[in-house]
Amino acid sequence: MAKILEVNDLITRFYTFDGVVHALSGVSFDLDEGETLGIVGESGSGKSVTMMSLLHLLPTPPARIEGGKALFYSNRNEQNNNTDPVDLLQLDKSGIRKIRGGKIGFIFQDALSALNPVMTIGRQISETLIEHLGMTVDEAKKRSIELLEYVGIPEAEKRFSAYPHQFSGGMRQRTMIAVAIACNPEIIIADEPTTALDVTVQAQIIELVQRLKKEMKMSVIWITHDLGVVAGMADRVLVMYAGSAVEIAPVDDLFYNPGHPYTIKLLGALPKIGEEGQHRLESIDGTPPDLLSPPAHCQFAWRCPHAAEKCWQAVPAAREISPGHHAACFFDFAARRP
Amino acid sequence: MQKYIFSRLVQSLCILFGVLFIVFFMMQVTGDPVSLLLSRHATPQEVEEMREELGYNRPILIQFTSFVSRAVVGDFGRSFRHKQPAMDLIIERLPATVELAVTALLISLILGIPLGLISGSNPGSFWDVISRGTGLLGQTIPNFWLALILILVFSVNLGWFPSFGRETWHFMGLTLPTRSVILPAFSLSLFTMGQLIRFTRSAVLEIRSEDYVRTAYSKGIPDRKVYIRHILRNASIPLISIVGVQFGYLLSGSIYIETIFSWPGLGNLLAESIGNRDFALVQAIAFFSSFVVVTLNLLTDIAYGLADPRIRYE
Amino acid sequence: MDNNSTGQQIPTGVAASTGLAIDQKQETGLWHFIKYTAHLLARDKAGTIGLIMFVIVVLSAILAPWISPHDPLKQNLRHAKKPPAWYEKGTMEYPLGTDNLGRDILSRIIYGSRVSLTVGFFGVLIASSLGIVIGLFSGYKGGKTDNIIMGGVNMILALPYLVFVVFIAAILGSSLLNVILIFGFTDIPIFVRITRGEVIKMRASGFVESAVSIGATGNRIIFSHLLPNLIGPIVTIATFEMSAMIFYEAGLGFLGLSVPPSVPSWGNMLAAGRKYLVIYPWIATFPGLAIVFTGLGMNLLGDWLRDVLDPRMRRVKK
Ligand SMILES: Nc1ncnc2c1ncn2[C@@H]1O[C@H](COP(=O)(O)OP(=O)(O)O)[C@@H](O)[C@H]1O
Ligand code: SF4
Ligand SMILES: [Mg+2]
Repeated sequence: MAKILEVNDLITRFYTFDGVVHALSGVSFDLDEGETLGIVGESGSGKSVTMMSLLHLLPTPPARIEGGKALFYSNRNEQNNNTDPVDLLQLDKSGIRKIRGGKIGFIFQDALSALNPVMTIGRQISETLIEHLGMTVDEAKKRSIELLEYVGIPEAEKRFSAYPHQFSGGMRQRTMIAVAIACNPEIIIADEPTTALDVTVQAQIIELVQRLKKEMKMSVIWITHDLGVVAGMADRVLVMYAGSAVEIAPVDDLFYNPGHPYTIKLLGALPKIGEEGQHRLESIDGTPPDLLSPPAHCQFAWRCPHAAEKCWQAVPAAREISPGHHAACFFDFAARRP
Repeated sequence: MQKYIFSRLVQSLCILFGVLFIVFFMMQVTGDPVSLLLSRHATPQEVEEMREELGYNRPILIQFTSFVSRAVVGDFGRSFRHKQPAMDLIIERLPATVELAVTALLISLILGIPLGLISGSNPGSFWDVISRGTGLLGQTIPNFWLALILILVFSVNLGWFPSFGRETWHFMGLTLPTRSVILPAFSLSLFTMGQLIRFTRSAVLEIRSEDYVRTAYSKGIPDRKVYIRHILRNASIPLISIVGVQFGYLLSGSIYIETIFSWPGLGNLLAESIGNRDFALVQAIAFFSSFVVVTLNLLTDIAYGLADPRIRYE
Repeated sequence: MDNNSTGQQIPTGVAASTGLAIDQKQETGLWHFIKYTAHLLARDKAGTIGLIMFVIVVLSAILAPWISPHDPLKQNLRHAKKPPAWYEKGTMEYPLGTDNLGRDILSRIIYGSRVSLTVGFFGVLIASSLGIVIGLFSGYKGGKTDNIIMGGVNMILALPYLVFVVFIAAILGSSLLNVILIFGFTDIPIFVRITRGEVIKMRASGFVESAVSIGATGNRIIFSHLLPNLIGPIVTIATFEMSAMIFYEAGLGFLGLSVPPSVPSWGNMLAAGRKYLVIYPWIATFPGLAIVFTGLGMNLLGDWLRDVLDPRMRRVKK
């Protein structure tokens, strides 16, 4: 399958009063066309920062992107039929603006705070259409209503002039999705889109995105706390820890043959099927390391049950432990269950 | 929204009732309100007459009731100094105070809001330093001192503006302000300007980092439009409250500025009546000022409600 | 956008580490606290300047008898209306000149700081202690009690402050004690509001409930949980309020409603100087500068305290 996004060695730091926060220290992954990539990891592991770095959405200062590449192989390139990738990190203001909302749509976690409280739902959708597709206000309105219907909001025409606080949580998240897909993007990035919602609504939103992905031929990056969700919808999974990608593998491979001790711990902390509750990642013991002064050895060594001497001497590089399955550990713990 | 307005209205009425209570009982603090209401040189006979006339021999609750029932129709008794109903004197002085307050408000809006916006949009820049400095000075320079310095510089030394008094210009039946309002209005505006700068700055800074602003950027909206549509527009809503509160404060009359410039407004009247120990008038002014402030707060709340859909569609 | 913008919990490791290097050493005790505060202060130049300005004012109030070149009350008509030293007719004997009665302006300003600081300090002391008690009570009781108290608080805060202060001062008559009492009592609502806000916030966070659930009693909760969390906001507000009281005291003095005219206070000096504004402008200029100096110092200090005592503010570089 063709790649659509290839991120290499992304390094992002925050220059704060208290020192430099090494939020991302060399993150690499790729995304195939039509694929859903799940990203998991404790909070603070750099999932959001990774995505926001790609679209230049971090506040600068304090943030600085200090290295790496993010090649975007857009193939709906209307202007000039070239399929040369663009490096998102190198784009200037107007270049990245065309990508944001146009080719890559973003869905944020908390739709209540992510939607402007004093602007109508309709305007927040049509704003994007007018900007990217050059529609007139009336065209944009018509299209926005269609989009609202498309994401499953009843009485869309009436709801066009409603305000976010008049919507339920689920409807607000649907609106966010409508905003993200408005210009028919190639990639949707969803940053914990269901964390704030209750379980049934969560399932509906997941289903909606799955459907849209198929119908609109998009690729999806789905960030979540919830391994259960990942298992259900992702094609591949990226596991992040303390600003690095520690493991990436096809979903089944990851669940059955996790290769990195951190992933194994995460899966161990997962309640067995049939148990109640959400499958949160918080339950593994120990705390993530201090990003202000990252050590010159494996970041996980403090918490790793298998830490050996060399783990305290060097940072393990990611290596392919089986086809398509990479892990950043000196050892290979994959059980190789068939 | 109707419920919102109604509850604000009830609240305002409660506050005004509380004001009447305070204004009435304040006079009892010294034990003998009649001595406060009459001049120091009143004869015992006059005092007794007054006591009789105002019913100070009656039980206190009855006195209060009758005070309130007269107050609601604007009757606060007569000023012994001016031998006129207190409310008439207030109404007479009102135009001068309104002129001063409106001018001061305009000055502080015109200077304060742009400075606050520039400063909040470019924290750390040269203009940010200037604005924050102005904001800080506005809050720390006493306006009665500033007024003296301005008189010294602009009236005495440069001779650009009169150093006291109110001159008006009559044109087609209208009474219009002249340059005599500039110095008092400027002195008075400094504090409000400082408030507006600080407030606007922090509103912009805060809203800049809201999630929905990030969403707007993530949609590919150009910076300038994000600024106008999402940041400035949202920042202007809380600004309504602060402008309303400040206007109320300006309208309640500035005792210092009006005294220094001999400006014939409410503040001046208050200073005079305190000097004369003309407490019927002081009571009336205190109530009237509170009335103005409370009414403005009410109007501000309503305007705020109209501007914010979260309240409008309650 | 701070790093909590996605609404997640801040990971403990990071939250702890974004303090200062000293954070990690887990030192305790007074010395550590002083070191830590000094460190935070050194990071903020404006705050340092504010603190220095404030200390200068406090020292001149304390040391007034020793540092004043002259007796502030001593009249000397032969030396009356002398301009400051840098004028042709000025002398170093009276660095800031003399007033209409020949009293040394510098000495009067130094002594004037005593009135200002006394009013500010005791005013805030009364207002904050009563305000905290009422606020704790109101927030803790909740329900009807809370509604009534907050109704009163909001009412007082909605009034034109200056008009009422002048009104009360005129009725009570001018004395230092009266001025302190007026400010002390009229300023209670601000402290009530902030205390109660903090209590409500803590209730909402389940903090108090969990303390109750492990068997803590009312008083214990107040002293071990609420008060430590209150100190930050209270100290900050107290600084601003003290500065405001100094400002208002001078204003009352200017109207002749504060301490008796014989006492050297900045407001009284301004009022007296106003009469000679045109011919002897320095008489009114310097006390005004003293007020601005004090106000500026305290506001800078207050801004710094607000930043430092609010732990959230520490994390992001400004
Ligand atoms: N504005 C900021 N200033 C300083 N540090 C930040 C900022 N934003 C994020 N970080 C740091 O970057 C790291 C990664 O954060 P994030 O990507 O939000 O984690 P998550 O995986 O939960 O999405 C965190 O440790 C956080 O402390
Ligand atoms: S490199 Fe060593 S410490 Fe790090 S995860 Fe692998 S085994 Fe554990
Ligand atoms: Mg996140």
